[in-house]
Amino acid sequence: MSKLKHFFRSYTLKDLLTGLRITGKHLWRRKVTIQFPEEQTPQSPRFRGLHALRRYPNGEERCIGCKLCEAVCPAAAITIDAGPRQDDGTRRTTRYEIDMFKCIYCGFCEESCPVDSIVETRVMDYHFEKRGDNILTKAQLLAIGDKYEDQIAEDRKQDAKYR
Amino acid sequence: MLDIIIDFFIIGTKIGLILLPLILAVAYTTYAERKIIGYMQMRVGPNRVGPKGWLQPIADVIKLLMKEVVVPSGANKGLFLLAPILFIAPSFAAWAVIPFDAELVLANSDVGLLYILAMTSIAVYGVIIAGWASNSKYALIGSLRSASQIISYEIAMGFALVGVLMASGSMNLGQIVQGQEGGFWHWYWIPLLPLLVIYWISGVAETNRAPFDLPEGESEIVAGFHVEYAGISFALFFLAEYANMILISVLTALFFFGGWLNPFQGIPFVEDITGWVPGMAWLLLKAGFFLFLMIWLRATFPRYRYDQIMRLGWKVFIPVTVVWLMILTFMIKAGVGPWFSGRGVF
Ligand code: SF4
Ligand code: SF4
Repeated sequence: MSKLKHFFRSYTLKDLLTGLRITGKHLWRRKVTIQFPEEQTPQSPRFRGLHALRRYPNGEERCIGCKLCEAVCPAAAITIDAGPRQDDGTRRTTRYEIDMFKCIYCGFCEESCPVDSIVETRVMDYHFEKRGDNILTKAQLLAIGDKYEDQIAEDRKQDAKYR
Repeated sequence: MLDIIIDFFIIGTKIGLILLPLILAVAYTTYAERKIIGYMQMRVGPNRVGPKGWLQPIADVIKLLMKEVVVPSGANKGLFLLAPILFIAPSFAAWAVIPFDAELVLANSDVGLLYILAMTSIAVYGVIIAGWASNSKYALIGSLRSASQIISYEIAMGFALVGVLMASGSMNLGQIVQGQEGGFWHWYWIPLLPLLVIYWISGVAETNRAPFDLPEGESEIVAGFHVEYAGISFALFFLAEYANMILISVLTALFFFGGWLNPFQGIPFVEDITGWVPGMAWLLLKAGFFLFLMIWLRATFPRYRYDQIMRLGWKVFIPVTVVWLMILTFMIKAGVGPWFSGRGVF
């Protein structure tokens, strides 16, 4: 009996027609595509995108060269050299580089930083044009920080009570 | 002498008149495919180039033409470049016997059906040569798969066409269509329904389309027999595949759905108001439906496993066609229905 049933099932193409009906219905469904550059998906304030180094409101860079971020980075993407700064002798980084090809955007660096210096911004669409551009230098990171400081500060404030 | 030149010129013009729209149709079939599959997956498909993406195929063509043709080292250069031509030539040549309207046919051949069968299976040489000449294991596996698949399904397809042959008593495509004169219920799809289904599925398998796209099998063998091709030589394979799709759709319309005939023939009122529609429009409408069905299939079904394909071809299709041919014999001899009346012997 079940054999007979199977026979009719396969020879009337019932299963195939069921499948076709489903895709046929979807043809008329509302489309969910986001037209990317014009439309954006909503982002969380915790979004982990391009990195930035922040400054205090008085313009002093936050980073104290503690190398915690370098130590915690699971991808070993961060390279830091530290030493006393020439004019006032405070401990600063002389070199701070992130290899964006190694980075996995885990956000550990941001979490480990005692002074909220290294952060990940919401910027997620960026590109590199030359070999070696993927290694962001301290100056570049600081510049990114300056550019997005308002957004960064706003996001930290929103997230403050969970930290 | 002058007559010959003029004849050549006229034939050349006719060929151009068939091929140019065909190539354009291929370009827009790719567009339609991407759009329809996109819609079925709740996306919108290409919509950036030109209004609503209408210029997308043009952009694709330009991109393909500007790319470099790479001949892999160790490949047999002559055969490597010959293969795409061998693949595309038959799929264009087959269009010679397609009647677009009662009088509109390039070669009104009395063996049109055989010619079509021959042309569609010759294309397999292009595939095999492409696979062998590329000197790549994926290409070789793909071409072997394609060859065995085309040969297996050719048989079922041939049997299905024997049914058409028996029903119409002619191998001339024009006469096959004329045998179906008399409106929707007089077309051969009713008495030949199982053969129609088998012909259609075999056609999909012959053109290496999903769910029978094992020769391409992106997830296993990258792109199968054309994995080493780039630029215009790849474009030729692509063009041929889509030209074959359109060909199979048109043939299905001709063999089983009355080709250029008006579906409302014999219905008193509707026949009059649709009388002005040219026959070619009906043919294109029917073929368009089958083309849509082919894309719909691709959006729906996952790829078959290799042994399943072979099982379906040999153990299901061939027996079913043979059984139905016998039933068909009795139907014809008994002069069943509007299709075979007048040919019965009882
Ligand atoms: S996000 Fe993670 S991987 Fe990237 S630099 Fe920070 S710690 Fe390293
Ligand atoms: S960015 Fe933060 S964690 Fe990294 S070295 Fe500077 S202060 Fe330390």
